[in-house]
Amino acid sequence: MSGQAMTEPNASGTVLLTHEVGLHARPSVKLTKLAKAYAARVELAASEAGPWVDAKSIVKVMATKAPKDTVLHFRAAGPDAVAAVEALIGLVARDFDEAVPDAASV
Amino acid sequence: MPLRSDLAGRPAAPGLAIGPVVRLAAPAAARRFSGDPVQEVDDLLTAIEAAIAELSALAETVADDGAGILEFQVAMLEDEALREPALALIAAGVAADTAWRQAVEMEIAGYEEGEEYFRARIADLSDLRDRVLSHLAGAVAETVPPGAVLVAEDLTPSRFLATDWTGGGAVALAAGSPTSHVAMLARSRGVPMVVGLGVAILDGGTEAIVDGSAGTVWLDPSPAARTEFRRRQAAAEAAERAAEATIGQPAVTRDGVPVAVLVNLADPAELDRIDPAICDGVGLVRTEFLFHGGRLPDEERQCAAYSRIVRWAQGRPVTIRTLDAGGDKPIPGLTVEGESNPFLGTRGIRLSLARPGPFRAQLRALARAAVHGPLKIMIPMVTVPAEMAAAGRMLDEAVAELAAAGIPARRPPLGMMVEVPAAALAVDRFAADFLSIGSNDLTQYVTAAARDTGAVADLADPGNPAVLRLIAEVAAAGARRGIEVSLCGDMAGDPAFVPALLRAGLRSLSVAPAAVARTKAAIAAAAVQV
Repeated sequence: MSGQAMTEPNASGTVLLTHEVGLHARPSVKLTKLAKAYAARVELAASEAGPWVDAKSIVKVMATKAPKDTVLHFRAAGPDAVAAVEALIGLVARDFDEAVPDAASV
Repeated sequence: MPLRSDLAGRPAAPGLAIGPVVRLAAPAAARRFSGDPVQEVDDLLTAIEAAIAELSALAETVADDGAGILEFQVAMLEDEALREPALALIAAGVAADTAWRQAVEMEIAGYEEGEEYFRARIADLSDLRDRVLSHLAGAVAETVPPGAVLVAEDLTPSRFLATDWTGGGAVALAAGSPTSHVAMLARSRGVPMVVGLGVAILDGGTEAIVDGSAGTVWLDPSPAARTEFRRRQAAAEAAERAAEATIGQPAVTRDGVPVAVLVNLADPAELDRIDPAICDGVGLVRTEFLFHGGRLPDEERQCAAYSRIVRWAQGRPVTIRTLDAGGDKPIPGLTVEGESNPFLGTRGIRLSLARPGPFRAQLRALARAAVHGPLKIMIPMVTVPAEMAAAGRMLDEAVAELAAAGIPARRPPLGMMVEVPAAALAVDRFAADFLSIGSNDLTQYVTAAARDTGAVADLADPGNPAVLRLIAEVAAAGARRGIEVSLCGDMAGDPAFVPALLRAGLRSLSVAPAAVARTKAAIAAAAVQV
């Protein structure tokens, strides 16, 4: 998927990545799994100018190497685009549900 | 055989081990190229599927953290973005193994710069690269005998997890990182590990001693090094046996005085590894973990975290300290920046009263969690009685608000942490349901020697008679008032200080989970009645 090709996203949003070691392995697994739950095409970037990558690809998401305090940008196109962006922003804002006590320490 | 002296690396997992050296070589990809792109694609996809099946099966057999790493590798292998460049190369006439190797190495190249955490992902990518290559070559993984010292350039998490460590053993790596997945696994499995030893570790030597705590390795150790190893290992084993024999039992001194041993928690994730039966409760929960990442956790999230700890304790008391930010624990956006001496600045209760919003949310969450069990609240850095009075009023208000809103809550006992000399010397003047001595800060304030300044470390001695005298006075003041006095600093978990603390009158010590066994052993060896 070439990231710049998304015409007219139906939804977009940003969220601050607060995770201590950035967008690392376990958060990336969670993020891509959640993105795949939506039919919309969903993309992610570490800055507004891109490069935009497929938020359903763990290879691409990990390669973003987004450190702590990055503002993550999401955009989506498709029937459930709004819900997809909202869900992904929620996941990042909740720190991938990792800081809650049930999380293991990966 | 000459003594190959002591190779120095970085400690990655503590512990001491000796064993035969097993060197892991990269898998030899002795595979025949079919020359047919269709066949090559088929072989590659079959090998990827086999690797996914193998990793998924392995994930079933390992616990929590290990399974997370394997799940990450499975997700990477399932992602078409990883295999697409390889498929393109095969279509251009390249053999499947070469194509796969190049595709993954392109991906690896992207991680060679940047933060250590991301560099550490190279090991994961190499791991899944080699697993697929070995399936392509039809290779059978070599087995590592129990007790071996694994020596390699780097070690893959799946390789670590596939190795049986129940018979001992250790890991010594030329490269690697203490923040890698495999280092984390080694720490949680108790396998000694040293990284960054350089290429010298890779050649020669049939036996090795690994000191994972010091970060050193002896290849082909001399008789002197062996003797030293055996001496230290015997001492460590004896201490461990003695401690394990008593860890599940209540601590009692040699002359029959019971002493409560509680645990300090810095992160609720630790709970998964601790059996509540080894302790008499939680003497200190540091709530700073909730504030990592620079944002303030809301009441719900705090309530869930505190409730979980209380339920884990199964009826044992849990003392939760309100936010102790400031000093050496700044929180962006909350603590005061630019103070010339933060340890004497706006920290602990001083900050909580200056920023009542977050403090109120924390008190409400604590009062709500208190319905699940015997939760107690402890206030840090108290200097004057007015601070305890203010905290008590705010707690009363929070409980009243919750009651008015029909939200289940209970007013927990409110205690004070004794760590400022002004509070220790006049502790009878403070309204408190219990006292807990924070010996780390008390020591640095009494000796005027910072905890984090190496040059004055000898002065910051908790065994200083002035510190011990203050502890004895606080214990006596608590006894006169009939309130509980505990101590929750590092000295409680140091067997050298335990007898002095018991003689000072303390009957409750709170220590790091890893120090419970040795603290109980030190109590059992001590006598307090003259």
